[in-house]
Amino acid sequence: MAGSDSTTDAPPAPDTVKILIAGGFGVGKTTMVGSVSEIVPLRTEEPLTMAGLGVDDLDGIEEKRATTVALDFGRITLSRELVLYLFGTPGQQRFWFMWNDLALGALGAVVLVDVRRPESSFAAIDFFERRRIPFVVGVNGFYGEHPYPAEDIREALAVPEGVKVLLCDARDRESCRDVLIALIDQLIASAVQA
Amino acid sequence: MGGGDSAARLVRPFTLTGGRTRPSRADFTLIATVTAVDPQPDTAARCQPEHTRILRLCTEPVAVAELAARLDLPVSVVVILLCDLLEAGRITVRPPRLVSRTTPDLDLLQKVRDGLGRL
Repeated sequence: MAGSDSTTDAPPAPDTVKILIAGGFGVGKTTMVGSVSEIVPLRTEEPLTMAGLGVDDLDGIEEKRATTVALDFGRITLSRELVLYLFGTPGQQRFWFMWNDLALGALGAVVLVDVRRPESSFAAIDFFERRRIPFVVGVNGFYGEHPYPAEDIREALAVPEGVKVLLCDARDRESCRDVLIALIDQLIASAVQA
Repeated sequence: MGGGDSAARLVRPFTLTGGRTRPSRADFTLIATVTAVDPQPDTAARCQPEHTRILRLCTEPVAVAELAARLDLPVSVVVILLCDLLEAGRITVRPPRLVSRTTPDLDLLQKVRDGLGRL
C-alpha cells in the first residue's frame, strides 16, 4: 500500500488488532476495558449523520442535536510487534451499529450480560450473530456474585453451541483477561476445525 | 468529554477541515497506526495548528482512535486532517492486521493468545 511503513528509521509501527466489548446499558463494558487496559480508557465521540439510518421520524426536527456515538477504548501491548485495542460502547448506544469501521476487522467480541436483566444484551448478541462476528458471552456478576450457573444463562440467552458463556467480574483484571483468552481459544478452535 | 454542549462541538470540528466531511482516502481506520515522518519534508506548504498538533502526537506510532481521543475531536475529522498530512508526505500510515473470517490467521491468533497469557 502506498505510504506504508518504510520511509523512516523510527521503530516500525506494531501490528494492531481489536476486540469489541458490547452489551446492554450499564453492564460494565467500560469497567472491563479499564480493568485490562494499560492506559486509562480513552473516549472518542463521533457525530452520526442520520442520512441512511432508515430513521424517518427525524424529518422536520433538523434543529435537534445530531446523535453522537461514544466509544471508550483501551490498549494492551501484547508484544513489541502486536497491540490489542479493546473498544467498548458506553451507556445506551442504539446507534453504535452504524459505526461500520468499528466491527470491521475485529477479531471478535465479548458480549457482557447482566444476570439481572439479560435482555439488555440481546441486541448485541443478534448483531454479532447476524454479521458472523465470533463472540463469547461474559456474565458480569453484580458485586461479583453469580446466582446462576453459566449453563442456565446459556439457555436463557439461547446462544449457539460453540459460543462460550463465562462467569466473570468486569472489575477484576484476571477475570477479564480470562474472558479474552476464552474468546481467542474459541477462535483458534474454530480455525483448527475449519 | 461527554459535555452537554455537543451542538457547539458539532459545528466547530468540521471548520477545521474547511467544511470537508469525507476523507479523500480510506487508509485511516480506527486502529490504523500513524507515524510522523522524521525529518519532516522541507515543503513550504502551510500546516494548520491542528496538523501541527497531530504531528507532535505521532512522533511514535499511534492509532487513529487514540489520536482522536487525545485531540478531543471526532474520528471523522481527524481522518480528514490525516489525509492532508499523508498527501503532504508528513506521515506514514500502517493498516491494521487483516482479519479474515474465511481463512483465519492461526499464527496471529496464537500471538494474541500468548500475549494475553503473559498479562
